[in-house]
Amino acid sequence: MHESAFLLGQVFNGFSVASLFILAALGLALSFGLMRVINMAHGEMLMLGGYLAYLTLQVVPGPMGIIVAMPVAFLGAAIIGGVLEFAVIHRLSARPLDTLLATWGVSLILQQAARNMFGAIGVEVTAPSWLNHTVSIHSGFLSGLDLPDTRIFILIIAALVLAGIAALLNKTRLGLYVRAVNQDRATAAAMGVNARLIDLAVFSLGTGVAGLAGVILALLGPVTPTVGQSYIVPAFLVVILGGLGSLVGTTIASIIIGLFTALIEIFVDVSVAQVLLLLFVILFIQIRPQGVITVRTRALEG
Amino acid sequence: MNATPAPILMMEHVTVDFDGFKALTDVSLSLSPCALRVLIGPNGAGKSTLCDTIIGRVRPSSGKITFKDEVITDLAEQEIVRRGICRKFQTPGVLPTLSVMENLLVSARKNRSFFRTFTTKVPAEERESAESILEKIGLTDRRDVIAADLAHGEKQWLEIGMVVATDADLLLLDEPTAGMGPQDTQRTAELILSLLGRHAVLVIDHDMSFVEALNGYVTVLHQGQILKEGSVAEIRADPEVTAVYLGRSDDDDAAAA
Amino acid sequence: MKLTYKHAIGAVVLLFGAAAPWLISGYELSLLGRFLALSILAMGIMLTWGEAGILSLGQGVFFGLGGYALAMHLKLEGLNLANGDMPDFMVWSGVSALPRLWYPFANGFFSLACVVIVPGAFAAMFSWLVFRRRVGGVYFALITQALALAFSTLVISQQAYTGGFNGLTDFSTLFGWDITSLGAARVIYWITLVLVVLAYMFLSWLLSSRFGVMLRATRDGENRVRFLGHDPVPYKVVAFSIAGTLAGIGGALFTLHSGVVSPALVGVVPSIEMVVWVAVGGRNILWGAIAGTLLVNFAKDQISSALPSLWLYGLGALFVLAVSFLPTGIAGLFQPDTAAERVVRRMLTRTKVRTAE
Repeated sequence: MHESAFLLGQVFNGFSVASLFILAALGLALSFGLMRVINMAHGEMLMLGGYLAYLTLQVVPGPMGIIVAMPVAFLGAAIIGGVLEFAVIHRLSARPLDTLLATWGVSLILQQAARNMFGAIGVEVTAPSWLNHTVSIHSGFLSGLDLPDTRIFILIIAALVLAGIAALLNKTRLGLYVRAVNQDRATAAAMGVNARLIDLAVFSLGTGVAGLAGVILALLGPVTPTVGQSYIVPAFLVVILGGLGSLVGTTIASIIIGLFTALIEIFVDVSVAQVLLLLFVILFIQIRPQGVITVRTRALEG
Repeated sequence: MNATPAPILMMEHVTVDFDGFKALTDVSLSLSPCALRVLIGPNGAGKSTLCDTIIGRVRPSSGKITFKDEVITDLAEQEIVRRGICRKFQTPGVLPTLSVMENLLVSARKNRSFFRTFTTKVPAEERESAESILEKIGLTDRRDVIAADLAHGEKQWLEIGMVVATDADLLLLDEPTAGMGPQDTQRTAELILSLLGRHAVLVIDHDMSFVEALNGYVTVLHQGQILKEGSVAEIRADPEVTAVYLGRSDDDDAAAA
Repeated sequence: MKLTYKHAIGAVVLLFGAAAPWLISGYELSLLGRFLALSILAMGIMLTWGEAGILSLGQGVFFGLGGYALAMHLKLEGLNLANGDMPDFMVWSGVSALPRLWYPFANGFFSLACVVIVPGAFAAMFSWLVFRRRVGGVYFALITQALALAFSTLVISQQAYTGGFNGLTDFSTLFGWDITSLGAARVIYWITLVLVVLAYMFLSWLLSSRFGVMLRATRDGENRVRFLGHDPVPYKVVAFSIAGTLAGIGGALFTLHSGVVSPALVGVVPSIEMVVWVAVGGRNILWGAIAGTLLVNFAKDQISSALPSLWLYGLGALFVLAVSFLPTGIAGLFQPDTAAERVVRRMLTRTKVRTAE
């Protein structure tokens, strides 16, 4: 295999990891921008999406199963997310650190519930045959480059979701309200925007996207009760790097972290990569403490 | 101008830009030591931004700020305060879980090095200064109350007290009478006037009766620019100032406030 | 100092604590000793989270640094290094020579110094890098969680140097003293008790000092403190470093009690569990941190052995309930109108402000 092909393969890998991070972090970042809280049970929304995909495929086997599973997972996770926002997060909305702890409790409960229902080992979701191919290049300087369909599929889904959310935020009335509350909750509320409802809607939307990401995770490996945990810490780092609730920032940060992870793993093993990623984030903070996208506002923090 | 003492603070051609929105445009202002200056203007004129810029919470995109012959434009906030500028915020910035006395003692620390905090003893000088300020702001019998439990007006006074306790040469008071009744407003005016021998004071307000009670030199800010400067009487009589105050509704200011 | 009923209660509790070896069984004593070691760490969480508003989800890292620093010595004691002797697990992993990093730990005093210095110094450096850029609050919590993940995966993966997933175990002597005997268990228990008392006294003093006031001031309004001319960073860094040191000491003592240190105690999940001890006990009252640690851990010991899955539901519910309905913890119920209540009141006022917006 050519070295360039290997490198390009890793870059491609990085982008597909990045797309997963985007889907996992999007909801976190949007809600963080609005409410300044982080939902530690967000990883369990990925897990939920994965199990919902598994269940959907039991009902709808065959090539279309995965297509059906996506809206199912989205809605399922969005509903659970809405309940979580309403029952726990809203109650604690002025206490971000307490929200962190309470939602961690929720995540423990959800993990244990999954363990009791589906077992600790995890369930397999077989990718449909139309996703079983690999685009391989056999000649030229890129010979040896393999691009599995599933990974291409992830890229497409992430791009579609991003485009959809961007359109929602920039083109619709709901999006206008979201941006208004994001900038100045008090004024938006004074102008008649129901900030409370916006919080709930955005939170549900975010968990729904995480559910969708769960379907994709299910294509890549077994769905276990703790499957969300392995993606959630990088997703948190994406939020830190991305800057407050910015779509562009989240995307750039996801790509940075995805590429960093994929490329560093050429040289070191996964555990060292983990350490280097943390070091990278701390270094990054030294240069841009407010994330890749900095918004200059007069809003007072702390 | 030649007869007046050297200014304690000079702002020269300061412009502040919030992602395209110019909160201040080419503002030049100089304050004399131990003197009073009142800054007025409609909501959104940039009064608070001007204070923010002086104390380093907002950085100007161009221009220069000099305090006691030293350029402070790029100093860290706490360094600016240590040079002798302290500010009271618009919404009371007291420390809610600390008692009134603790709030004042935190402010009154002469030596701000953290090494000096590993002790339970408060230097007599600091305690005395806190006590005297406590009396000045009329909170002596509230000394052990948690700041969060104070009434709104009391919080305003406590924060004025905290600012005074730092013994800064220049005090910036942002709407010190917001939410106060006429009687309390009058007391606040007296309190501020009593500070002048020792401190220069910049007061932001738009309550004209309060401004008249203070009777200091007035600067009018409008849409991020200085519109007029002069005595209260001159400003009162100025047709342009009147037009600015009457010609603007309060709604379009809310976004910038 | 005026003696009050509180001193009387404290004296009685201490007396029972000191007499525990004769009052309870050997197994119970070993549990109590372990949990007291953990409560030293918990007092550090009380200092940072309760008093300074810094939530760390990575205290397990500092706990682990202290635990491993001591365990490395315990593995080496009695070995003839000049002879090429190596700890058993290294032999099994096929390591050819003792790694350089391990050599100094042959000295017990070096090892003990590391227990105290390394976690504190690492905590100071780490938090300084983050706080100096004014990154705090939720961000800091998430970064410390990433730290816990990185540290535990690193320890697990470097099997040949750290004992990997199984950790370091099978100790026999410390300074030539057999630590596996029943008598030694008692002595270790008393040492732990003394250190708990010392940590308690030190923190009580610290919180009543001007440093304590500055710390609370920073928690209340970091910007206000800055605009009064103080730099809040050193207060936060020192508090975090003290918490790191206490966690390290707790880790070393825990290792002595349990005879093992492993990644199971230093990762993401145990780190965040440590916070719930303090949440349950009371984040603003020092004895609450100790009480919460003992209570939650004894409950865990009872429930998790009988019904493991129930324990995880219980722990999850504990997080949600303690934080939502009992923000001052159990200690807050006994000591109304104290610092703890102030914080709650502050939370409530903040909530009001927010809804008023």
